[in-house]
Amino acid sequence: MADKTQKSAVDALAGRLFDGMTIMAGGFGLCGIPENLIAAIRESGTKGLTVISNNCGIDGFGLGVLLESGQIRKMISSYVGENKLFEQLYLSGDLELEFNPQGTLAERIRAGGAGIPAFFTKTGVGTLVAEGKEVREFDGELYVMERGLTADLAIVKAWKGDAAGNLIYRKTARNFNPMMATAGKVTVAEVEQLVPVGSLDKDNIHTPGIFVDSIVAGAKYEKRIERVTTRPREEKASA
Amino acid sequence: MAWTREQMAARAAQELRDGFYVNLGIGIPTLVANYIPAGMSVTLQSENGMLGMGPFPYEGEEDADLINAGKQTITELPESSYFSSADSFAMIRGGHIALSILGGMQVSQTGDLANWMVPGKVVKGMGGAMDLVAGVKRVVVVMDHVEKSGAPKLLTACTLPLTGARVVDLLITDLGVFDIARGKAPLTLTALADGVTLEEITAKTEARFEVALA
Repeated sequence: MADKTQKSAVDALAGRLFDGMTIMAGGFGLCGIPENLIAAIRESGTKGLTVISNNCGIDGFGLGVLLESGQIRKMISSYVGENKLFEQLYLSGDLELEFNPQGTLAERIRAGGAGIPAFFTKTGVGTLVAEGKEVREFDGELYVMERGLTADLAIVKAWKGDAAGNLIYRKTARNFNPMMATAGKVTVAEVEQLVPVGSLDKDNIHTPGIFVDSIVAGAKYEKRIERVTTRPREEKASA
Repeated sequence: MAWTREQMAARAAQELRDGFYVNLGIGIPTLVANYIPAGMSVTLQSENGMLGMGPFPYEGEEDADLINAGKQTITELPESSYFSSADSFAMIRGGHIALSILGGMQVSQTGDLANWMVPGKVVKGMGGAMDLVAGVKRVVVVMDHVEKSGAPKLLTACTLPLTGARVVDLLITDLGVFDIARGKAPLTLTALADGVTLEEITAKTEARFEVALA
């Protein structure tokens, strides 16, 4: 078995970054984002990036730091409403943007990773999203053709992983990470816990190691929460 | 007089049925969860990858790995499950979700919905809304009847970019309830909010509608 472990996020990306490349980054909002790999890309100064990610972080955190540093040329996303800088850069013409419906984005990545060049979906028929795309009727309903999506590099974040590249995600931090892991020409994973080979439950591995080229234990995790929302505790009944 | 946000959410909750799998959008639709009738079993789907959403956590028990599609912290239930975004939208696009309740910017009399962008002004994105209106069996929109400027939002045709064409089944506003039936039947006003007159709602609506008050 090849040991895919790297010492640091910088090491894991060494020789894998180049100007003008396309990068997929896992996560939904700030949940399940590869914090350490994003920081390493920031440090590398690689520019002209096309980034495929459901969102673009927030001002000052997540992919938002790559916007601030001017390293992103184009985003492919479904929702960027949490990011003021994004809106400014886009409206001023300094950032290219392709909006994909969230389910279409997920399926484009799944298809790309599975070797499927295109598929038809009902989503977006009759809207801007379908403009310039083939629309075909199946069983009396209209569907628009969407293309599979791949990237030069996919960066994903999991909860646990081993040196073989097997990954397990935690709760809703899974989101886009499993599909992206399959759709990178090179996939680098960061994990909260790098565990010995053989200790993961083989029936419950979400991403089999074949999809992962390098794995690194994240040096630190901030795991910011975008909207802390709580409910009041019930008053304890006095005895 | 008109319905409050809470009253609109309560009216939307009347669309729930026992055993339904439901997706609730951000804003007023999220409040619908507070009005699920006692004894009715409704499972909430969150498109970022969870079935069986629980209530907000107690302070100090928030988990950064457990959020809803509005990025709010939530909790799990004994029957909850987690899955990828691709599996989540297989549920949505594949017609496995019974009901979606969404917010809106504009709705047309044929059931077109616009709720994702204002060209040159608001650039947020559609998120999962286009997939939801395309794939979910029944689509209910909850929105204010008019804009802050007083301009109507229930129109003969939407002027903003569409989220979906002929996708809305029912519209609930602060002034009343309209059956739209995805444009397959004439737009019909079926209920007026407390203290709202037919004259008022007619004056504030651009779309042509029939009246069949219960």
